This record gives sequence, C-alpha cells and structure tokens, in this order.
Amino acid sequence: MAGVLGTSIKRREDPALITGRGKYTDDLLVEGMAHAAIVRSPYAHARIRGIDTSAAKTYPGVVAVLTARDVAAAGIPGMVPVGWLLPDLKTPAHPMIAADTVRHVGDAVAVVVAEDRYVARDAAERVAVDYEPLDAVADVVAALEDGAPAVHDDAPGNVAFDWEIGEKDPVDAAFAQAAHTVELDLRNNRLIPHAIEPRAALASYDSSTGVMTIHMTSQNPHVHRLLMTLASLGMPEHKVRIVAPEVGGGFGSKIHHYADEAIVGLCSLKLDRPVKWTATRTETNLTDAHGRDHSTHCAMAFDGDGRITGLRVDTKAAMGAYLSTFAPAVPTYLYGTLMSGQYDIPAIHCHVTGVFTHTAPVDAYRGAGRPEATFVVERLMHLAGEATGLGPIEVRKRNFVPADAFPYQTQVALAYDSGNYGPAMDRALEMIGYDDLCREQASRRGNGNGNGRRQMGIGFSSYIEACGLAPSAVVGSLGAQAGQWESADVRVHPTGSVTVYTGSSSHGQGHETTFSQIVADRLGVAPEAVEVIHGDTDLVQFGMGTYGSRSAAVGGSAIAGSVDKIIEKGKKIAAHLLEAAAEDLEYEDGSFRVAGSPDRALGLGDVALQAYLAHNYPDDLEPGLSATTFYDPANFTYPFGTHVCVVEVDTETGSIELLRYAAVDDVGNVINPMIVDGQLHGGLAQGIGQALWENAVYDDSGQLVSGSLMDYALPKIHNLIPFELDRTTTPCPHNPLGVKGVGEAGAIASPPAVVNAVVDALKPFGVTHIDMPLTPEKVWRAVNAD
Amino acid sequence: MYPAQFDYRRAGSVDEALGLLQEHEDAKLMAGGHSLIPMMKLRLAQPPVVIDIGRLDELKGISEAGGGVRVGALTTHADIAASDILAASCPVLAEAAGHIGDAQVRNRGTIGGNIAHADPGSDLPPVLVLLGASVHLQSPSGARSVAAADFFQDLLMTDVGEDEILTHVDVPARNAGAGAAYLKFEHPASGYAVVGAAASVTVQHGRCTAAGLVVGGVGAVPTAVDVSSLIGADLSDDAIATAASGLDTEDPLGDIFASGDYRVHVGKVYGKRALAAARDRA
Repeated sequence: MAGVLGTSIKRREDPALITGRGKYTDDLLVEGMAHAAIVRSPYAHARIRGIDTSAAKTYPGVVAVLTARDVAAAGIPGMVPVGWLLPDLKTPAHPMIAADTVRHVGDAVAVVVAEDRYVARDAAERVAVDYEPLDAVADVVAALEDGAPAVHDDAPGNVAFDWEIGEKDPVDAAFAQAAHTVELDLRNNRLIPHAIEPRAALASYDSSTGVMTIHMTSQNPHVHRLLMTLASLGMPEHKVRIVAPEVGGGFGSKIHHYADEAIVGLCSLKLDRPVKWTATRTETNLTDAHGRDHSTHCAMAFDGDGRITGLRVDTKAAMGAYLSTFAPAVPTYLYGTLMSGQYDIPAIHCHVTGVFTHTAPVDAYRGAGRPEATFVVERLMHLAGEATGLGPIEVRKRNFVPADAFPYQTQVALAYDSGNYGPAMDRALEMIGYDDLCREQASRRGNGNGNGRRQMGIGFSSYIEACGLAPSAVVGSLGAQAGQWESADVRVHPTGSVTVYTGSSSHGQGHETTFSQIVADRLGVAPEAVEVIHGDTDLVQFGMGTYGSRSAAVGGSAIAGSVDKIIEKGKKIAAHLLEAAAEDLEYEDGSFRVAGSPDRALGLGDVALQAYLAHNYPDDLEPGLSATTFYDPANFTYPFGTHVCVVEVDTETGSIELLRYAAVDDVGNVINPMIVDGQLHGGLAQGIGQALWENAVYDDSGQLVSGSLMDYALPKIHNLIPFELDRTTTPCPHNPLGVKGVGEAGAIASPPAVVNAVVDALKPFGVTHIDMPLTPEKVWRAVNAD
Repeated sequence: MYPAQFDYRRAGSVDEALGLLQEHEDAKLMAGGHSLIPMMKLRLAQPPVVIDIGRLDELKGISEAGGGVRVGALTTHADIAASDILAASCPVLAEAAGHIGDAQVRNRGTIGGNIAHADPGSDLPPVLVLLGASVHLQSPSGARSVAAADFFQDLLMTDVGEDEILTHVDVPARNAGAGAAYLKFEHPASGYAVVGAAASVTVQHGRCTAAGLVVGGVGAVPTAVDVSSLIGADLSDDAIATAASGLDTEDPLGDIFASGDYRVHVGKVYGKRALAAARDRA
C-alpha cells in the first residue's frame, strides 16, 4: 500500500498498554502458582560458612527453601554462562546460587518458595546465613592495584582480559611529530538501566509432559532458551518454551541471562508447580547488569593544519563480579571499533583492560560501548577546537571523512558503508542559530570580566555508531558464541491477510506497528491486514531478539526478504491462472498484472486462495503462500549526526539549566517518523541523564549507595526541555529497506554534547573537564578550583 | 517492596485513635502514608500495628482563627497550596507546599504527617519555623502546643510524645508590609530539598523593621540565621548577602549528591536569594 512507509501511523500497541490491558509477566496468574523470594548477600565479598534454613522452612506458608546444595542435588549444570569469548578471556565460574563465596551485594545464596509473596519475603528474612566478610574492591582502578582483594582466584590481578585494536607504533610516531595534542583522563559513570518493569519470571514445569514454560522479561527469548537449557537447567531445548509477554523496557538489561530466572526455573522443576518471581526495585538495582563504568586515558594528535594524525586510548572497563552474557564484547568490539568517529584518522590504538570488581556485572546498556567511544572522541574534539584555535565546528569539519570517500575503511576494523557528515552539521547549526548564540555568549562573558553569574555554553557531538548487529561471520570471528542474523516467517492467509512471525522481540519499540508498515508497503496491503507475532519460542522458529538497534535493519530486512519470496511465488501462481509467463508479471498495489495488459490482473487475495486450494495450480509448485527468511546482514549500519546542546550554568551554585537541544540524525530511510522521534527522545533523556544526573555509586566496602530512586537520579519530564529534531537521509546501501537503526542514537550522541556545553560555559574559569554526572557540587568545585 | 506483617486499625475519631495508641505498643499513626508506607516497604519500619487516622475529618481544613490561620493536621499539601485563606494571609506556606513532591504526593500527603516525620529535606519545617507557627498536640491527658522552632528536635525526631496526636498547626497572619519567599534547591532523585530557604522581610515607611531566614536541609533540623543586621538597613543586595552568610551549622548533612560544605554554601546563596525575593514582595 503506497504511502504507508515513512508515515507516522499511530502505534497499534498503545491502546492496550495505556488502558492497562497489557499483560506483563507479573500480571500472569496460573493455577497452583507459588512465589519465590531470593535471599541475597548483604556483603560485597564474603565466605559462606553455613546456611540455616530451618526457621524459614517451618514458617507457615513456605513450600521450599533451596540453596546451592539443591542445585548440586538436582544434577543440573547450574551455571550462568558468558556468551562472548575474547582471546585469553578469564571465565571464572558463575554458579546460579553461590555455594561458598559471594562476590557482590545481591549475589543469590538461597531461594524461598511460598504460597504468597509476602510470606516468601518474610521467610527469606529467616534464612540465617553465616557469612565471613572479606575485603572487597568496587572501583575499577583500585581493583587493578597491587594487593587488591581478588574477586576470583582464577583471574589474577582481577584482569578478565587484555585487549587491543589498531597499531600502536604509528600512533606513537604521530604524537612524536604532532603540532598540537590534547589529552584527557575521564571516568564514564556507571549506570543502572532502570526499565520501568523490573525483571520477572513465571516458570511452569509439567512433569506429565516434561515441558517447562517460562514467561519472562526477555529481549531475546530464543537466546534465553539456549543459555537456560545448555548452562543452567540442563533440559533439552525442545522441552523448554520461553515466552516474553508484554515487556516494559529493557535498554539491554533484559538481553542477558541471569541467575534469578534460572533459579525460578529450578524451583518449578523441583516442585512440579508454577513459581513466579518479580524483582523488587531494590533487587533490580542490585542485580540487573549495569552499564558503562570506564576509567580512560585518551589523547589525540594533530598536524599544523588541525588534521588528526593519531588517537591513543587506554581504558579500564569494569566487568563486575561475573562475566555477564555479552559483557566482554561491550568495551572491546562495540567500543574500540568506534574510535574513528566521523573522522579520517590515520592511526588509532585502543587498549582495554577488563576488570573484575565486587559489584553487579556490567553489560550492554543502551548504546553499549558506543556512547563510551563517542564520549572519548567528542570530548577530545572539543579540546582540539581550543588547542588548534579552529573552534569546535571547523576542527570537526576539517577532519570529517569526506562524502566521496565511502566506503571508508577505518583503522579499527569497521568499514563505513556510507555517510555524509557535513550536511547534518550544517543543518544543526542552522537550527540552533549558532551565530546568535555566540553573540549572546560573548555578551555574558563580557559581563564582569568573564565572571557573570549565569554563563552560557554550546556543546557539539558529531557521532557515528555501528548498529544493526550484525554480520554473523564477522561477529563469530570476534568471539560471539551466536549468529546475529534474524528470521522472519511471513504467512499470507487464504483470504489475503498476513501474519508475520519475527525473531525480533519488541519490548516497547513498536515492532507490531512498524513491521506491519514494512509488509503493507511491500505487499500492497493495508497495515491493518498484517498481524505481527513475536516473543515466543514455540511460535517463532528462531530469533536473535531485539538489541543493538537491529530490529529494523536486520529483523525488518528478513521480513522484506520473505515478502519478496511470496511475491515471486505469487507471480508463478498468477501466471498459471492468467495463462501468462511468470516473467511477464508485475506486482503493484496488491495485484499481479500482466505487463502491458492492465486488464489481466489478480489480487493478492485471489492468488492466496488459489495457493491454498491448489485446484488449478502449477504442477511444479508447492501449495500455500508463506516464506521464511534468515537474513544475515552484509555489514553493520552506520547512523550518524550532529547534536548541539546549549546550557546555562549558575556559577554561584553550579546548577545547570538546559536551554536548547538540537539533534540532526541520519538513520537512513524512516519507516515511522513518530516512532523514530520517540526513540530519539528516550535516548536523549537517557544520555542527558548520564551527563547530568545518573550515577551508580558503590562505597569502598562494595555497598551500592545509590541503590534506590531516592538517590539514583533518573531524568524526569520536568528536568528536560523540548528537543528540536531533524534528519538527513543517507540510506543504508546494503539492506533492502535502506534503514539503519535509531534505538540508541540519542543515548550515544548526547553525553558529550552536554558536557562540552558545560565546559564551554565555564571556559572563562579555566575549566577543561568535569566527570559525569555534572552535579552542581562538582561544577561549583570546578569553578572555584585554583 | 513488601512490608512485614502488620495489623491495620482505622480510627473513627481522635479519641479512638488516642485509645488505640494507648492499647498498642509501638503502633504507628498513618495520615497520608507518604512517609510511613515507603519506610515499611523497605522494611526500615516494621510497626506491629498501623493506626489509620487519614479519614478523621475533624483534623482537616484551613480556617481563620485568632488573628492567624489554623491548618488541620490532615490537610493535604494540595489543599494548602491552593488555599485562598493562606494566599491572602500567609502565601509563603502555600508556596512551600506547592514544592512538595508531585501532584499525586501533594494530593495524599498531609502537613501533620510531613512535620511529624521531620525529614530534614522537607519543605514545610523551615517555613513553619520562620513564621513562628505553633504545633498542637493532643493526648489522653490534654492538649498542648509547642513552637515550631522547638518541635523539630533532631533528624526524624520531634516533640510528639508516644501517646500524642498532632491535631493542627496555627500560623500567625503576616504583618502589613511583610514579604516572604521559599526557595528550594531540589534533589534530582528524591525531589526533597537539598536546601530550602524560607525568608521574610517587613518594610514599613521604607525601613526594614523585621527580617527572618530559616534554612532547611543543611542541618538535622531547620537552621535559623540571625539576620537582625537587616533591621533598619537599606536591604541592598550586599546587606542581604552579608546577612545570609551568617548561616552556620556545626555538623551539616551530606550525601553522595551534596556534601556538608556544599550544602552550607548553597544555603547561604539560597538564603540570600530568598531574602531578596522577600524584599521584592514586601
């Protein structure tokens, strides 16, 4: 149907969600269901001397209390595995339930199953664990120091991996000959994902069939099934069904396989009855994989013309207490490979040390490595604007990969397929009214010799990202223990309506709406004639799920592939019915037509009906009209853009007020502009949140100090301002839809734009850097530093 | 987020509530529930009995009384913020109530519950101290009132006895020529005041005849600042800044968001700004 693609049709998901009819895991009620409460370590590091479960077991209403002994007795693997291996990666065991040592606050030591969740929680407090507290280390730098407490005996020095990309010698040579250099020591703050819906699982084992059904908060049910069966429960894959009902956000946190959902599975398996667990917000904060947490030294070298000659990055990246599912990939292949940014950089070297700490694990969180890389590159470019005297715009433009240089091979493995960076920046400058802002800034700086109370700053971020994960062979060669293609099964029913079974797994993105638009456009049917099914391993053949801004580029392309196959098959059927040659048929607006004979045509519904009747049918064709595609992308996709942030800083208190935020993004062809804008709004909120407010803080003993929303500051609507958005369009050249990905762009681009703006505002005070989050006190101290 | 087991009793009158308090040791009174319930859900509070006084109409409402304004303990923040009586005679209390939490919190939370909880980041305590309000308490043996300045004793501690119920707060009406202001430096996570500065200035015949400044959030209880230097002064920005810089707290509060030193600094800045705003309204 023409005019569907690129149109802001309303989300079909929303009526149910906003009227409270959406069924999330915790909404599900099953006959005979019991409730689990997990007993967690209050210590960051301790030896378990013993566990006395007797008081809990005899508490009225308690069904069972399980510990690591029960995992062993069940004869199951009982492990939580890592799914991405790097050379020489240390992979210490991560048991589902800690047996002798706990390694972070929140580590599971026992589970109580009871008839209701209040009783379960009461009884959990009666499980007496005899801990011998041990020294802990929560900080990524401190964990590498001599004599730091060891998180794992089999990971000496707390080093999980030592990884590098690029060539060191050419970088050293570039610095030796540089006309200008800039350098920076920075911390990329640890974040807690905070999906609105906490993680939850409802496991229902039926011993009469041997089938386990687990409804859970999953971004990738098939991946969860694989890890759950192989490493945790030891059940045959075909006997386990994972269903993701409505899922209330994930931001990466629901990609990973955790101990908790496996524990719930074990409870159901052992008790032969359904068991539900829903994390409290406190549990979520203690056990969801966190994001970021880097300590980085970085430097950039320039020639006399302000052209970049070299980039050097050395990062210590926290892994937390255990390696979460994709943790090793995040600060390596999703980070070091992005270091060229939008720039033609002839020499890059990036060295990363993965570090165990006595904290919650760290894994992919919206952007996953790319925000950290963008922060390094764009903070350095801000400093370079000052050091070279070129200013923030010219220094970037001078170094952009030119539009005629694509495909562009970076020095850090990625080959950019397409790009056109100048127009996005020009449009952003136009939107923000840059010249007027500069005049305003100058006038404020002139007020009181640069000490005017309310200073204004303008910050830029010209970002690139690599999404649409990912070419399977490429990621396989880099250590992924999974392919990253996507599947789509498109079925045209005898009446011509369509059901799509996709391996993408929406958890708020609006796949049902946008995927129906893809089918409607390509197949010439109304979007309402298309149903989209996802998130159930029994319904969908296989799928890799939703993360890494991959659903449109990979999942959508798989759907397009199946639609194309259906059209090809339909042409054969129509040709038979119309007594024409298949190659003479055209498909347009839902009809098969004989070229040059517009009267000889059959609608999709007519052809579909004949495909299922198969009464008058080509001899060499199978009945039915459906097609399955496993689409493996040829490359990542490379969204880019320029964001501009304008802030006002109250230099007397250090408070920051956002004045303007303009973003020009190039995400390729757009399926639904409203949903793309919505993704940007959410991503910007999270990126600005990282820059200004969010911070997961552990104290020296490994206690999570910012463990509740009373201390962990999420961005709220009254903290934000209307965003000014626009787009340029450079279609992806290697997928059938020309789409790229937008789910993470806002979170990737915005932190350096905000920090650059604040640093720009404080230029009269000699401030060159403040670590995120830019709390008023930090800003005030920077203003008043000697 | 599941509280421990507790018994729930709903009182139909103040007398019944007082009786229940006598009857149940360690019982907790609940008004709007916005301080107590979160503590119970985190299991930081595990009272065996919760006595719900939230429906006692006799403790609700705002009325003119004795030349001032009487605010019933169960009056919600939303009602205080929207009160015509307060807008006319004590607008700074309405202004502060409008800063509390969000609309849902203001619709449920009450002045009595708020000040009985005595969170140092609460918006109302510094304003009540500034205004010279009195807090009225009822026990089986009778009623008494205590000055707001004496009511707040320490972090989360007040003068309310175990057998007492807070019934209402009396606020004196403002003087002619008085202006007052409440300025809040909000915690980005909790929404509580990192610093809340309440200031008043009275100007008569072009001269400052009275001035007050009370800062919340910096210390365990609202901190009064001696700004008497402003009396008779010209209320210039410089004079105001000098007066506000007298803020002094021996042991300032601090957390991961704002250290004690920084809170004192912001207290002085917000004190100055609140005084200037009060001057401009006088």
